[in-house]
Amino acid sequence: MISFHQDDASHLSITLSGDWRVMNAKSCRKIKEQITSSSSTIRLIPGHDFHWDSQLTAFFYQLELQASQNETRLDFSAMPEAIQQTMTLATAVPPVKPEAGFSKRFAPFYQTLTEAVETLAFIGEMALAFGRFLIGRSHIRLTDVSAALHQAGPQAIGIITLISILVGMILAYLGIIQLQQFGAEVYVANLVGLGMVREMGALMTAVIMAGRTGAAWAAELGAMKVNEEVDALSTMGINAMDFLVMPRLLAMIIIMPLLCIYSFFLGMIGGGVVALGMDMTPRLYIAQLIQSFGVVDMAVGCFKGLVFGVLIVLSGCQAGMSCGGSSAAVGQATTRAVVMAIVLFVVADAGINILFFHMGI
Amino acid sequence: MSRTFEQEEPAIAIHGLTMKYGTRLIQQDLNFTVNQGDIFIIMGGSGCGKSTLLKHLIGLYEPAAGEILYDGQSYTAGDEKTRQALRARWGITFQSGALFSGMTLAENVALPMHYSGIDKSQIRERVAFKLALVGLAGYEDYYPSQISGGMCKRAGLARAIALDPDILFFDEPSAGLDPLSARRLDELILNLRDSTGATVVMVTHELDSIFSVGTNSVFLDAQTKTLLDTGCPVWLREHSRHDIVRSFLSRGEAGQPMASRQGDKQ
Repeated sequence: MISFHQDDASHLSITLSGDWRVMNAKSCRKIKEQITSSSSTIRLIPGHDFHWDSQLTAFFYQLELQASQNETRLDFSAMPEAIQQTMTLATAVPPVKPEAGFSKRFAPFYQTLTEAVETLAFIGEMALAFGRFLIGRSHIRLTDVSAALHQAGPQAIGIITLISILVGMILAYLGIIQLQQFGAEVYVANLVGLGMVREMGALMTAVIMAGRTGAAWAAELGAMKVNEEVDALSTMGINAMDFLVMPRLLAMIIIMPLLCIYSFFLGMIGGGVVALGMDMTPRLYIAQLIQSFGVVDMAVGCFKGLVFGVLIVLSGCQAGMSCGGSSAAVGQATTRAVVMAIVLFVVADAGINILFFHMGI
Repeated sequence: MSRTFEQEEPAIAIHGLTMKYGTRLIQQDLNFTVNQGDIFIIMGGSGCGKSTLLKHLIGLYEPAAGEILYDGQSYTAGDEKTRQALRARWGITFQSGALFSGMTLAENVALPMHYSGIDKSQIRERVAFKLALVGLAGYEDYYPSQISGGMCKRAGLARAIALDPDILFFDEPSAGLDPLSARRLDELILNLRDSTGATVVMVTHELDSIFSVGTNSVFLDAQTKTLLDTGCPVWLREHSRHDIVRSFLSRGEAGQPMASRQGDKQ
C-alpha cells in the first residue's frame, strides 16, 4: 500500500504501509514515476503494519541511483534505523562510471588486435632468444632442457604409440575399401606408408603434443606468472625468454622429428596388421611399403614435425607468458594454447603442402 | 628518524610519476625521495596503487609520465645496459615469495648468483650463509611446497639478498603471517638494514610493521589518486595534515571515520 502527499511544491511524502517483503511491481513503478516528477525532495515514511526485508532496501538503492541522476533528494530519516544505516553504507561510495559505449563496443576487436601484436612480438623475442643461444650468450640452463626433453619425449611415448598404430589401421581400412573395388588391395601399403610419412604421422604427433605438452607448458608458465615467478626472474636480470621458453623450444626441436619417425613406423605396423588380416603376405606388404616412400618423403614428414613443434612452443609458451593474474586466466591460457596450436598446424600444413607441391618435392 | 640518514644524493628520487593501467589512472604526479639507509614504507588503503608503485620502482611497469632516479641516475630514461646495471643492485621480495617451485631452496637462492659471475665453488657456501641469515639453515634441499608460507617468504628474502643488494624491495612482507612470524620478519629486515646498510622500500598496511621498522613513508590515496602525505609514520600519526592519514595510522580511531572511505578499490 502506498499513499502520496504533496507537502508543498517541491516536497513530496510517500507513505509505505503493509507488507513490503513481497514487492508489488505496480507500487514500485508508481514510486519511481515520482522521482522523475518535479519534487526536489521525496520523504519516505513507514505507515501502519510496515514490514520489510532486504528486497526493499535493494529497491531503495535503485531509487537513490535514479534520484541522484534527477537531482532529487530522497529522505529516509523517518524510516527504521536499520534501513537508514544500510542506505548510508550503500551510498557512501558513488558507483564507478561505466566505460564509454565506444570503447566497450570495440573491446573484443581491440583485444584480438592486442593478442595478434603480442604473438608477433613473442615470435620476434623467441627469434632473438634463439640467436642469443646460438652465439652462446643465453641464460638457458641445460638441466631445464633435459627436463623439458623428458617431459616431451619419454613421457609422451605411450600415447603416441597408441594413436599412431590406430591411425595406421584407419588409413589401411580407408584404402582397402576403395582399392578392393579395383582389385588393387596391394597398394594399401603405399597409402599407409605415404600417408603416415608425409601427413598423418607428423600431424597426429603434433596434435597429441599440443594437447599434452603444449597445454602443460601453458599452465606451468601461467601459474608461474600468477605466482610472480616470471616477475622475479626479470628483476633478477634473467631473461624469461631464455630461461623459460628456450629450453622448451630446444626440447621440441630435438624431440619432434624423432617422435615423428617413431610415429611413421608404428603407423605402418598398424596398417600392416589390417593388411595381413586381408590375406596380404608380410613380405608383399613390406616390399610394397619400401617402394612407397623415399628419404625425401621422410624429410618432409620430419620437417613438418619440426614446424609443428615450434608452433606448439609458440602457442603454449605465448599463452602462458601472457596469462593474466588469476587462476581462471591459467585455464584460459591452457585452452588458448591448444586451440591456437591446432589452428596453426592446419594452416601451416596447408601452406607447406602447397609450397612443396609447386616445388615438386 | 629519516633525517638522520640524509646524504647528498637520495637512493631513489621520484619526479612527477603518473601510473596508469591502460587508460585507467592509478596515481598521478607522485614526487618523493628515499634516502640512503631509510626503511621507506609505501602505505595506503586497498587498491590505491601501492603494489603498482613498487612494480614501477623495480622496472616491471613503464610509467605513463615522470621519472625515477637511482643515485641520481635515471632508470626511466636509461638504456637497457644502464637498467641492467641498476637492477643488479636491487633485491626484491615478492608477496608470495615467488620461489621457483621446481627448484630446491638452495637452487632458488643460487639462481641469481649463477648469472652474476660468482665462482661456482663459492656459491654453495654463500647459499648456506644466506639461508642461515633468514633462519633457514639446513633447509637447502627442501622444495617450496614442503615448507610453510612464512618460510617461503624468508627464503624469498634469502634470494633477494643473494647478491648483497644496495636497495631491498618488499611487497607486503608480513601479509598472511601470524603475529610472531611477522615480528620476526620485521626484526630480520631491521637487522639486515643495520648490518648491510641497504636501503629498504616496503609496501605494507600492517601498522605494527609500519611503526616498528619505518623511518620514512608515503601515503597514497585511492580517491584523489595522489600522494597525500610523506614523512616518518610515527610523526604522521600525530601531525599529518590529512584526517585520513591520521585515521589510517591510528586504526580509524582519529580523524574521519574509515567507513566513508571504504570500497575505494576500482
